[in-house]
Order: sequence, then structure tokens, then C-alpha cells
Amino acid sequence: MTLRNRELANLILVGLLTAAGFAAVFIARRDEVSTGSLSYAAFFLALFVAAHVVVRMTLPHADAYLLPVAGVLTAVGLTMIYRIDPDLALRQGLWVVIGVAAFAALLLFLRDYRSLDNVKYVCGVVAIGLLALPAIPGLGRTINGASLWVGVGPVVFQPGEFAKVLLVIFLAGYLRDNREMLSMGAARFGLPSLKHFGPLLVIWGGAMLVLFQTNDLGGGLLYFSVFLAMLWVATARWAYVAVGGALFALGAYALYHVTPHVQDRVSIWLDCSWSVSKACPVYDEGYQLAQSIYAISGGGLFGQGLGEGVLISPEGHTYIPFLSTDFIFAAIAQEIGLAGAAALVLVYVVVLYRGFRIALLADDGFSKLLAVGLTSALAIQAFIITAGVTGLIPLTGITLPFVSYGGSSVVANFLIVGLLLQISNHVNRERA
Amino acid sequence: MNTQIRRLFFVLVVLFVSVIGMVTWWLWKAPDLEARRGNPNLIVKQLTIERGTIYAADGRTVLARNRAEKRKNLGHIFLRVYPQHELAAHPVGYSTIERSRTGLESSLNDYLTGSNANLGTLLDNALDKLKGATQKGNDVVTTLSARGQEVAMQQLSGKCGAAVALDPRTGRVLVLASTPTYDPNLVEGHFNQILKTRATCGNASPLLDRATQGLFVPGSTFKVITAAAALDTGKYTPSSRFDDPGYCIEYGKRVSNFADQSGPEVFGNVDFTEALEHSINAVFCNIGKALGAKTVLEYAERFGFYSEPPIELPSDEVAISGLYKRGRPYIPKDFNEVDPGRLAFGQERMLATPLQMALVAAGVANGGVVMEPTLVDRIVAPDGGLVQRSHAKEWKKAIEPKTAAELTAMMRAVVEGGTGTAAQISGVPVAGKTGTAETGVTGRNHTWFIAFAPADDPTVAVAVALSGQSGTGGTTAAPIAKAIMEALLQRNP
Repeated sequence: MTLRNRELANLILVGLLTAAGFAAVFIARRDEVSTGSLSYAAFFLALFVAAHVVVRMTLPHADAYLLPVAGVLTAVGLTMIYRIDPDLALRQGLWVVIGVAAFAALLLFLRDYRSLDNVKYVCGVVAIGLLALPAIPGLGRTINGASLWVGVGPVVFQPGEFAKVLLVIFLAGYLRDNREMLSMGAARFGLPSLKHFGPLLVIWGGAMLVLFQTNDLGGGLLYFSVFLAMLWVATARWAYVAVGGALFALGAYALYHVTPHVQDRVSIWLDCSWSVSKACPVYDEGYQLAQSIYAISGGGLFGQGLGEGVLISPEGHTYIPFLSTDFIFAAIAQEIGLAGAAALVLVYVVVLYRGFRIALLADDGFSKLLAVGLTSALAIQAFIITAGVTGLIPLTGITLPFVSYGGSSVVANFLIVGLLLQISNHVNRERA
Repeated sequence: MNTQIRRLFFVLVVLFVSVIGMVTWWLWKAPDLEARRGNPNLIVKQLTIERGTIYAADGRTVLARNRAEKRKNLGHIFLRVYPQHELAAHPVGYSTIERSRTGLESSLNDYLTGSNANLGTLLDNALDKLKGATQKGNDVVTTLSARGQEVAMQQLSGKCGAAVALDPRTGRVLVLASTPTYDPNLVEGHFNQILKTRATCGNASPLLDRATQGLFVPGSTFKVITAAAALDTGKYTPSSRFDDPGYCIEYGKRVSNFADQSGPEVFGNVDFTEALEHSINAVFCNIGKALGAKTVLEYAERFGFYSEPPIELPSDEVAISGLYKRGRPYIPKDFNEVDPGRLAFGQERMLATPLQMALVAAGVANGGVVMEPTLVDRIVAPDGGLVQRSHAKEWKKAIEPKTAAELTAMMRAVVEGGTGTAAQISGVPVAGKTGTAETGVTGRNHTWFIAFAPADDPTVAVAVALSGQSGTGGTTAAPIAKAIMEALLQRNP
């Protein structure tokens, strides 16, 4: 079977799964949802088949699993959002359409992703600019304590999601150019010279500053982790990881002392994780985490069933605030149980595996670093939010890639998959 | 770079596995978390179950039933309605979304929701779920007499107190009344109205079930236990003679009899029956000293003190009677710490619930055997089949039948010519004992009356306790006990 036929077969499998998911929700909640919803699965399949056709046209040698895996994640997310709020699912569906369109546009118009190497500094500067956008008065919108959104008329979007992609491109290009110098360590004390390290620090410091400014802790943690991962892959020097980790710890410590928001998050985490102590639900944010944990623990091994979990109160509000965005993993654990939640996590492991496989097979540094960076970004983001809502690490609001409701996130993640497929196509063609 | 990529892959996989580990951890903790306040899982899940109806003993008077309501996102849910309002608020309790459950609604929740685990119901529930049918719970028929409950609530209204009536032969609880009370229909949504309840006795605490949780100083009703000990040990007989100087010497100090305007009463030479009839503290004080605190407490234990009465209410709604120290019941290691004289007439930090004192009366009435108190007559499945029927069980063997008979005769004297004449019922012999525990502040007395009737073949045992009273047990509590017994005797000929 050719790669593309395999991809199509996988997608059809995903389509069937989606139909089953929507049907389950429909059966459980036929009082509130219309029969029209059953056609959603068909629509969903058609959308991904369209994406597949574009891949077939432009990237015949690309990885056959990434697109279906993105499909599974999108389907799980759509089904879950649909179960929580059918109207919201419709909007998310629209965002998936835009995401697929952006994906197709990327594949059709960016013929060679390696040309991105030439604009890496532009990418870096634009990324910082995007991150700084929400801080501009009149433009930024603050939601749940973090100013991550930019509103233009009725359209609200999260520039940070796109900045994430651009920063990885910058880092990949920059680290490829300087990895020898960085890994040897020049001058005295084995430290690299400022000439090589300087631009990196400037871009990086700017990004972190903006993040702290906007109170986006989840984003800060994500970008810093991805940065460290790429730096380590590029240089193989533990010292960077150690120094980076120490810097982050220092920054976190400083932040802990200046920002009450951070102190709250940490004390809530200490109160809630492991045992959900009596002090835990006292604060508003502790209440969120406690409800999230109740939902997870109430799911049991196989869950309450799609559409049958305890997510929405008789008064019509969700027990967990931000259920379809930050806390969607808790909703999933409640309705499809440990089995479903573990399966979902394993799907991210598959993403990780396919992405890193592309990086391993690539023969040029830029491709390797770009694939590692984009894949790590997806994986680490998934880890930060799933670990946050389960109480493993302090909770920071961030989307679960492809699953959470959120337009910018969906579109940015489709671009990441598009780039990974382009790298994969290049790598496989070279090898063939 | 490939080595690093492989290592990074490994690190990230470990992180993901730890997330799965964390989810597993919460599953492991689920039984602990399920009952947490604020955890909606169990409560909401059970709202979709058609809870069973709770009936009074007549099987007709509905104490709790369902109201189906259609809610967006949940389909049909069932909310509780209490058609009798305050009538049996404390024993029945409430089942709500916001404030969880109390009373039988809480302790019998498994039966009421049909989740009592046996293979048959589990299978039925699974089938119901598959068919999309509403899961139905079992109905509960209580032992509560609607008429008795009504009379008791009427008699108690405006006071702070409680009344308990039992069938001494079976332990069936016929009346469990407590005031101030509340309307369980207001718990959901109008809880503030309940909190605003005012009372004459200071803290109204309408949610407190004074019948099973209220701790009152038993005062002279405790003399029944002292007398039981005195007779049962064979040290005294009903005709033992005593000299009453009007006081008793305790640790070199005088402890006087109950005083009216003319000062402490002095009875002179009396027998044991007369001592109980007139509730002479000095005599009981001396009996207590002669028996010792250990023996008196031992007999209290035999009647159920220091044990939680095995009634079908949630454990935290049933208090233990006994000597109290720092808010907890305690049995002294060294009995010299306890003043046996004051203990003998029910002072000395002795506290008892109305339920416990009703059990004392019932024990004497039932030839010395205290039956397990029960609130549930039977549990009936939705298809009409019997799930469970309660049978009379012995709880404590308190005293010999001979002692019980002697004590009954003495208690009859109390009602016929002593402090409890207000409880006389024409044509029915009544045995009883009054109690007036002075707290030293006028208008703050705890007053009591415990009784059973008909004294020659008892079918009803009752305890009434009031707080914030200025009268005596004979004038305040005895008429209430009388009214309750009359109502119940008409029903139980």
C-alpha cells in the first residue's frame, strides 16, 4: 500500500470512530440535540479527505499517520465540545474548516519549507511582536487572569499560538547556524561567546518578558521547555539544560514573590494534589481543580459514557469552569474513563513518535531541529495541561492541542502538522 | 543529534505515563472523594433515579415523594417533595442537590435509590439502563405513627424539646419529634429561611434533632436507673425504709431536696416506693452512696448508656448518653472522681438523649429487656415485592423481670399519687417518672417525663424532654407525654 492510500484508510477509520462518538452523544442526549448532528461525522470525514487530497497532490512521500492522528484528536475534541455545548461545537467545526484551509494553503503555497531558514530573524521578531500584541491597550482582552487574547471587532484570537510556531522556526534556523560554536563553548570558562549566544538571549528574554507581562504562565512554561529541548538536542550539552533549568527556577521563584496569581496557583496545587484537602476548594481556582479531580475520579475505568457524565448542573452551568477549553481532559476522563484518557494520552505519544521519527531520519540540521521543535511544542503543551488538570503540576491555562475549543489553537496546530508533513515528504523523498 | 532526540523522546514518554499514573491515582482515591461536599458526581447521578417514597406506619401518609422535572442537559430529574412539611422533618431528613442528605433519606439512600447491592437489583438496573428506562428505588414504610407525630409536634410547638415514643415490645419508634423544627421543602433554595428560625430557648438550631442528638440533664428521671440498680442488686426492696431529713450529706456538705416557696421539702420516714413517688433527692443520694458510682453507671450501661442506639439514622445524628467531659462521653477510670450521690438523681455531668430515656422506660416496660429501636417497618421494591422487613431484636438485657415488675409498681405510684399525676389517663394505668433538672437560672430548667402505658401490659413507652422551662417535669412534660400516649393508645388498642 502506498503511503497516501494508507493515510486514506486511516482517515476512514477515524471517520467511523467519529460517527460512533457522535452517535453515542446523540443517543444519550436526544432530547437536546437534533438528528442533523449525525451528519457532522460525514462532514468531518469530508473535511479530512479534502486535506488528504491536498497532501496527495503536494506531498506524496509524507508520513501517513500524522494527519489521521490529528483527525482523531480533532474528532475527540469536537465530540466532547458537542456534548458540552452543541453551539460551541459548531463554532469549533468552523475553526477546523479554517484550520484545514490554512493547512491546504501552507502546502500549496510554501513549496519548500527550508526557505523559512532565510527568514528566521523575521520570524523571531514577528513572534515577539505577536506575543506583545495583547499587552497593547485597547487591543488586548483579559480572560481568566491572563491577557492572551487580541480582539478585533467580534473576532478574538490568541496570537501566542502562532508565535509558538514562529519561535520554533527561528530557533531551528538559529541553532543550526550556531550549534557548533554553542556546543564547543568558546573563549574562557567554556562559555559560548556573546556573539553566538547574544541574539538567542535577546529574542528569548523578550519572549519571556512578554509572557510574564501577560501573565501567561502556561505559555511561558511551554516556550521555555521547548527552547531547552531544542537547545539540548542541538548542542548535546547538559550544562545548558542545567543552567536553563536554574534560570527558569530563579525566574519562577522571583515571579512567585511578585505575583499573587502565581502564589495562588502553587498553594492551590499543594492543597489539591494527591488528596484534595479540605482547604482545596476554598479558593475559586482551587474549586476548579477540585471539580476537575472529582470529574476524573468519578469517571472510573471506562467512564460514565459519552453524554452521560456529570458535567452540567441541573441549573445548566458546567461544574468545572472552562470545561471545553482548559479542562476538556477532565471531561474526557469523566465520560470515557481511565481507558479513554490513557488512550488519548497515547495518541499524543504517537504524535511524538511520528514527529521524532521524521527528525531522526532528516539529514540536515534545520529539518531535524524544526521537526523536534514542532513536535515537542505539541507534546509538551499536551503534557502541561493534562498534568495541570490532574494536579500533577500547578495548573496553568493552556489548550490541549486539537482537542480543546479554541480557534487560534486549532489553526496553529494544523500549521504545525502541515510543516511536519512537509519535512517528512522531503526526508522520505531523499531517502527513496 | 539523534541520541538526544531519542533521549528526549524517552523523557517525554515518561511525562505522559506519569499523567496516566495521576489519573489512575484519582481512580484509586475515588471512594474517598465521592462523598466530599461539593462533589456532584454521586448526587447528580442519583437525581436521575426515581427515589422511593417514604411512608408513615399506616402505609398511606406520604412523608417524602418525588417531583419529576425536565431539565436541559439532564433530561428528567427527580426532586424531593415533603407533603407533610414539618411533621417528621428530623427522622425523615431531606435529600437535596445543594445540601446533600440527612435522616433516613441519607441512611437508607441505597435502598431509596435501588442501589442496594444484590444480584437481582444490579441486573435490573443494568437492564433499565440499556432500555433507557428510569431507574426506580424502593419504597420505605416507617414505623412512625402519623397521628402520634402530629400530636407530639402540636404539643411541643413553641417550646424547645423533643418527644420519643416506642413500642416497648418491639422497639418500633412510633414518635420522634423535635422542636424547633423546619420545613424540609425549604432546604433547597430557601435555606436562609430555616436559618432565621427563632426560639424561646436561645439558639433555635432547627436542624438539630433534639430527640436523638439533644443532650439534656436527665435529672430525676435517672432515679429509675438508680432504683433499678438498687432493686436488681438485691440491696433494697420497694418497701425498704428510709429517713429523709430533707437533705443528704455529701463530702461534708448538705445537698437539699427539691425546694418550693416554703423551702426544701422534708418527708421524714418513707419507704422506697414513696421515695420514688415524691422524687426525694436525699434518699436517692444515700442509695447512690451505698451502691457506689460504679454500680449505678453499670446499670446505666445496661439500659444503653455509653452505646449508640442502633436506630437506622446516620451515625452523626445519634448522640451517646452518659457522663460527659469536655464534650465527650467518658467512663471514669477512678470511680472516686464521680459523686455517687448526685449521680443517683441524675446530676453530676450526666447527659441523656430523649431517645435513650425512652429506651429506659421501654426496658422497664418490657420486663427488663431493651429492644433495638427501629424506624423502618419494611422496604418494598417497585414491583411490590418485599425487600426487607424489620424484626424485633433484643438490644440490652437491663434488669431481671422481677425487678422490672417492682419498678413498674413504683412508677405507677408516681403517676397515681406522686409528682406525675398530670399524666393520668382515665381507665389506663400509667407508670412514669418526672424529672426537673435545675440549671441554677430561673426559666432554664430541663424538664422531663418518661412513662409507659398501659402499665399492666405496656404497648407505648415515651420520653419527653424540654429545655428553657420554669416549671417542673410534672407540670410541663407530663401533660405532653399523656397526650402522646393517649393518641397512640387509641391507635394501638
